[in-house]
Amino acid sequence: MTEPNNSYQAGLLSRLGAAKQLYLIDFTLGAMKRRTGRNVMLFSVYLAIIFILGSVMLFSHAIRREAAILLENSPELLVQKLRMGRHELIEGTRLEVLRKIRGVRQAQGRLWGYFYDQANGANYTLMVPREQSKTTAVKPGETIIGEGVARTKGIKQGGYLFLLSETGKLMKLKVKQVFSNQSALTNTDLILLSEPDYRRFFVLPPDLYTDLSLTIRNKREIDKIVEKAAKLMPQARFITRRDILRTYESIFSWREGLLLALLGGSLIAFTILSFDKASGMSAEERREIGVLKAVGWETSDVIAMKFWEGALVSIGAFVFGVALAYAHVFFFSAGLLEPVLKGWAVIYPSFTLTPSLGGIQLATLAFFTIIPYTAATIIPIWRAATTDPDEVMR
Amino acid sequence: MIELKKVFKQYHEGRINEVRALVNINLTLKKDCITVFKGPSGSGKTTLLTLIGGLSKPSSGRILLDGEIISNLPEKFLAALRREHFGFVFQRFNLIRGISVLENVMLPAYPMAPAHAPLRQKAKDLLERLHIPEKADMPVDVLSGGEAQRVAIARALINDPDTIIADEPTANLDSRLAVQFLQIIEQLRKDGKTIIMTSHDPRIWQARIVDRVIDMEDGHIVEENEKVANP
Repeated sequence: MTEPNNSYQAGLLSRLGAAKQLYLIDFTLGAMKRRTGRNVMLFSVYLAIIFILGSVMLFSHAIRREAAILLENSPELLVQKLRMGRHELIEGTRLEVLRKIRGVRQAQGRLWGYFYDQANGANYTLMVPREQSKTTAVKPGETIIGEGVARTKGIKQGGYLFLLSETGKLMKLKVKQVFSNQSALTNTDLILLSEPDYRRFFVLPPDLYTDLSLTIRNKREIDKIVEKAAKLMPQARFITRRDILRTYESIFSWREGLLLALLGGSLIAFTILSFDKASGMSAEERREIGVLKAVGWETSDVIAMKFWEGALVSIGAFVFGVALAYAHVFFFSAGLLEPVLKGWAVIYPSFTLTPSLGGIQLATLAFFTIIPYTAATIIPIWRAATTDPDEVMR
Repeated sequence: MIELKKVFKQYHEGRINEVRALVNINLTLKKDCITVFKGPSGSGKTTLLTLIGGLSKPSSGRILLDGEIISNLPEKFLAALRREHFGFVFQRFNLIRGISVLENVMLPAYPMAPAHAPLRQKAKDLLERLHIPEKADMPVDVLSGGEAQRVAIARALINDPDTIIADEPTANLDSRLAVQFLQIIEQLRKDGKTIIMTSHDPRIWQARIVDRVIDMEDGHIVEENEKVANP
C-alpha cells in the first residue's frame, strides 16, 4: 500500500524539482539580459575557441575516416624488396614463393612509381591498375588521370597527355577519364596507364615489379603470414593495411597537434580572458546574491542559477561553434586551416570531405569547454553564496 | 513568539578590529504586534534584525521561534525559515534591477516552485492591494522611492509570512510616503502579521499604531516602552 504513495511522492518531488529549475532558468535568462555586453563578449570568445578547435577536430576526424574508407580497397599486405635500407624493384619469381604460404589467396606484382614533371615542378604517381575493373581499365595508349594532373596540365577527357621519359622519348597517351573530386584525396596526382606503356616509359624489364601485393584468406592470420614470409624473404619489408592506416593517422594527428600547438597561445589567452570575465563578480552581483538568499533562496538555488548561466553560455557557444565548424569543414573545405592540415603540394588536392561527426571528438571538445567554463562561473558564486546574507541589510 | 536569550554578536571576532554589536540581549517579541527598535547609528538595531530574521547567527546565546531554537539551524533550514516565516523590507529596498516589478515580487517563491499562473496572479493581487497594479510589467529601475518600497513590501508578502522585518523603511521617503507606509503597516497588522522595524524616524516610533518601542545604544537595550492598548 505504501508503494503508490512513495511513487506519488517521488513523482511530485521530481515535478517540483523540474519546475524549480525552470524558474531558475527563467531568472537566469533575465539576469543574462541585464549583462548583455559581458555575456555577448563571453559567448563570442567561446564561440571562436570552439569553432577553431571544432574545425581542427572535425577535419582531422573526417580526413582520417576518408583515408580509412579509401584504404579498404588497398592490398592487405605489401612486400617490398630493400637494399641498403632503400626500396628496390622486386623479381616476379618471388610471387610463387609467396603463393605457397598457407593462407595466401592471391599474390600479384604491382607497378607504380613517381615522375617529376620539370615543366610544372610537380610530382605525379604513375601506376598500373591492379585489377582491370570497368572504371580503371586502360588499354595501351590510354590513360586515366587525377583531377590535379588534369588541372596542372590543362587537359580534359579525350585530350592527350604527353610525358617525357628518362630516355628522352615522348610518350603520348589519350585521356580516357579524369577522376572526380570526391576521390581526390588519394588520386589527385595519379596517372593510370597500361603495363606495356609503364614498362616502356621507365624502361623496365618484364619480370621486375615495384612491389608485390598479397590477398589473405583470413585477415586475423595476417601477422602469422608476415612471420612466415619474413623467414622466406629476410631482406623484405612487409607493410600491412593496418600499418598504412596507422601512418595516415599519425600524419594527420601530427598536423592536428601542430596546429593546436600553434594556436595554443592565443587559445589560452582567450580562455584566461573569458574565465576572468566569467568568474569575476561585480558588487552588484554580490548584492543580488545576498538579496536572493535573504528572501529565502538556498545556497544550492543560487549555485544552480549560476550553473545555468554558465551552462547556457557554454552549451550555446558549443552548439553554434560546432555547427559553424561543421559548415566550415564540410561546406567550405576548411579554407582557414587546409594549408596546415592537408599539407602542401604543387598539385594540391581539391576535394570535399564527406560530412561526419565523431562522438569521441565531440565529447572531448564538450568536456574541455563546457565543464571548465561552467566550473569557472560556479566557484566564485559558491564562495559568495555560502556567506551570511546580512550584508544586504547594511 | 520570538525570544532572544543572552544573545551576543561580535564581528571580526579575535581580530584587532573586533566590534561588539550586541551585548547580552534578552527579549521577547509577541505575535501580531508592531515593534520598533530605535537608536543612533551603530547601536545594533540592524544587527538585531538580521539575527531575528535568520540572516546571520549570534556569536553566542539562543534565538527561539515559537519555542524552537532557530539560531543554530543549518543554512538550508535557515533559508526555508526566511522564506516561510519572514518577509524582508530593506532600507534601500534591494530590488533586482533589470527584471520587471512582477518578477521581483515573485522571486522569493521560486525555490518552492509553485504553479506559475497562480503565483503570477498572487503577485498581481499584491500589487493591486498596494495600489501599483499598473507597474507590474515595468522594470524596477524606473520606479520612484515610494513605488519601489511598495514593490519591496509586495515581495515580502508573496510567501505569506507571519512576520515582516523592515530596516529603516522610511529613511528614503518623504512625509507623505511615510504616512502611506504606516497605513500599509497598520493594514498588515490587521491581517495578523507581526511587524518588527528599526527606525531613526520619530514619525515611525511615535505613531499610534506602534505597540512597542525599544531603545538601543552601543549594543544594549537601554529602554523599552510598551503601549498598554492599541486601537
